[in-house]
Amino acid sequence: MSKQRAAVIGVGQTKYASTRGDVSMAGLVREAAYRALEMAGKTWADIDAVVLGKAPDFFEGVMMPEIYLAEALGCVGKPILRVHTAGSVGGSTAVVATSLVQGGIHGTVLTLGFEKQSESNAMWALSLPSPFTTSINAGAGGYFSPIIRRYMEYSGAPELIGCMVALKDRQHALNNPYAHVQDHELTFDKVVESPMLWDPIRYSETCPSSDGACAMILTDETGAEAHDGPVAWIHGTAMRSEANNYGGRNVVSPKASEDCAADVFAQAGITNPREQIDAVEMYVPFSWYEPMWLESLGFAEKGEGWRMVESGATNMVGGDLPVNCSGGVLSTNPIGASGMIRFAEAALQVMGEAGAHQVDGAKTAFGHAYGGGAQYYAMWVVGAEKP
Amino acid sequence: MGYNQDPSVQPDALSGKVTLPASLDDVEMVQAVRTPAAIDYIATPGASLSAYLRGMKQKKILGDVCPVTGQVFVPPRGVSPVSGQRTTEMVEVSDQGYVESFNVTRLPIKSRPDLKPPYVSAWVVPDGSNVGSIALVAGIEPEEVRIGMRVGAVWKPDDELEESAANILHWEPTGEPDVVLDDLRIIGKPGDNQ
Repeated sequence: MSKQRAAVIGVGQTKYASTRGDVSMAGLVREAAYRALEMAGKTWADIDAVVLGKAPDFFEGVMMPEIYLAEALGCVGKPILRVHTAGSVGGSTAVVATSLVQGGIHGTVLTLGFEKQSESNAMWALSLPSPFTTSINAGAGGYFSPIIRRYMEYSGAPELIGCMVALKDRQHALNNPYAHVQDHELTFDKVVESPMLWDPIRYSETCPSSDGACAMILTDETGAEAHDGPVAWIHGTAMRSEANNYGGRNVVSPKASEDCAADVFAQAGITNPREQIDAVEMYVPFSWYEPMWLESLGFAEKGEGWRMVESGATNMVGGDLPVNCSGGVLSTNPIGASGMIRFAEAALQVMGEAGAHQVDGAKTAFGHAYGGGAQYYAMWVVGAEKP
Repeated sequence: MGYNQDPSVQPDALSGKVTLPASLDDVEMVQAVRTPAAIDYIATPGASLSAYLRGMKQKKILGDVCPVTGQVFVPPRGVSPVSGQRTTEMVEVSDQGYVESFNVTRLPIKSRPDLKPPYVSAWVVPDGSNVGSIALVAGIEPEEVRIGMRVGAVWKPDDELEESAANILHWEPTGEPDVVLDDLRIIGKPGDNQ
């Protein structure tokens, strides 16, 4: 392999909440960056470059925030790079940062994703009227719910599978002190009875709007070997994209998703993902996307992903493939950070640093993000052992 | 917790106290100021979309043809999303089609204050097009809408037609037998699943 090895040596997250009114955007990103540096035992002086991602500027209405945030991220006079791939951006940002280390361009890179949804209106920023199309779509749920309906009809899945995922992820979140939604009173019946927003998607099957940031410190092989602390080695990274509407497109399992998974698993030497992966952090903003991605990514046969949910296979307690032990996007959704949180939580699992939501003995973990009209994909596999 | 940082504790570098003058002791700190902003855009549609909008005024739905695959795209963008090639041919597609999938939206939407929830937001594929787009389905109870249901466009009165996709008020059932969708692909020609 011509690439150099790269590893995660630090993860930092903010407390996620619907409104982090105590900090500005700059304060938010600095909080995550500072914690990542602290975990890695590094200072700003050790960082060679910063790679930052967030959702469209349109959300908060701050143009090119990476420029204004350079000082807060300690990178005045250093390279700063912004990545932009819609909702998958947190994942793509980590992949781009990794490539800078793997390519030998920089030795140690700080990468960070953030969103301050309390200062924005993401739902309506995604639903702009135009004279070319009918303007009746209500946000991301409006877009994804017909795709979910196709999956439900095609797979014959029981109607309440999505509610099972929603309850599971909210229960997982209770073990993650950073998670936004911490609902100790939530029951299956309450999820089922919550109002339909975009039938077949209920309120409780939908991600929240969160403020937050997530950062990681990535370093090269020399840095990782010299590091006195837990390390997550990067075994593979991949990104793919495709148009969101063309004849022959499989809207439930887009080709870009399947190709991206095949690529990242081949890099990591994974031939049986369900057997070989110990923990999954998957981008599930609407509950039904868990069974859909289980199939698309190769964890389940086509049409059978819902059976893994129904059997409890994806539960942290008793499941053989724990999915979203952090609580996932359904519990925390600062959009620009959401993908990076998946990647960072996968890293924490193989570092043995996931605290109360640690999967015992996790050696290999998978981080996943998607965005746009299920058009953009970013994935990585991390391991406790050097590849 | 394994990950040795308590989220309720601010990192030291961030917790520096600000000393305020005594006169501000009892004053509530401003945390946020709401300043709504709006931008109006002038959109230049380009050749394909201009032809499409002119067609709408004639109650015609025009699509682009991909020069490589022959797929037809509505609304047309002047470029094929499958081959990346510039399109050179336009065709008229039908104002009849079928529902590929749908939701029942129970939220009011800002851009259409006239539209009272619940309403059916559907992917409607016109006959002759290889793709669908989001459209309103009405004239039927939301619970009775089905994947594969045949629908036809309901146009504005002739004297109200403009160069706009809004000329189609909604789509409503035609009463024809449903289309059977045998897999998850958007309708395409054989071998189009690339």
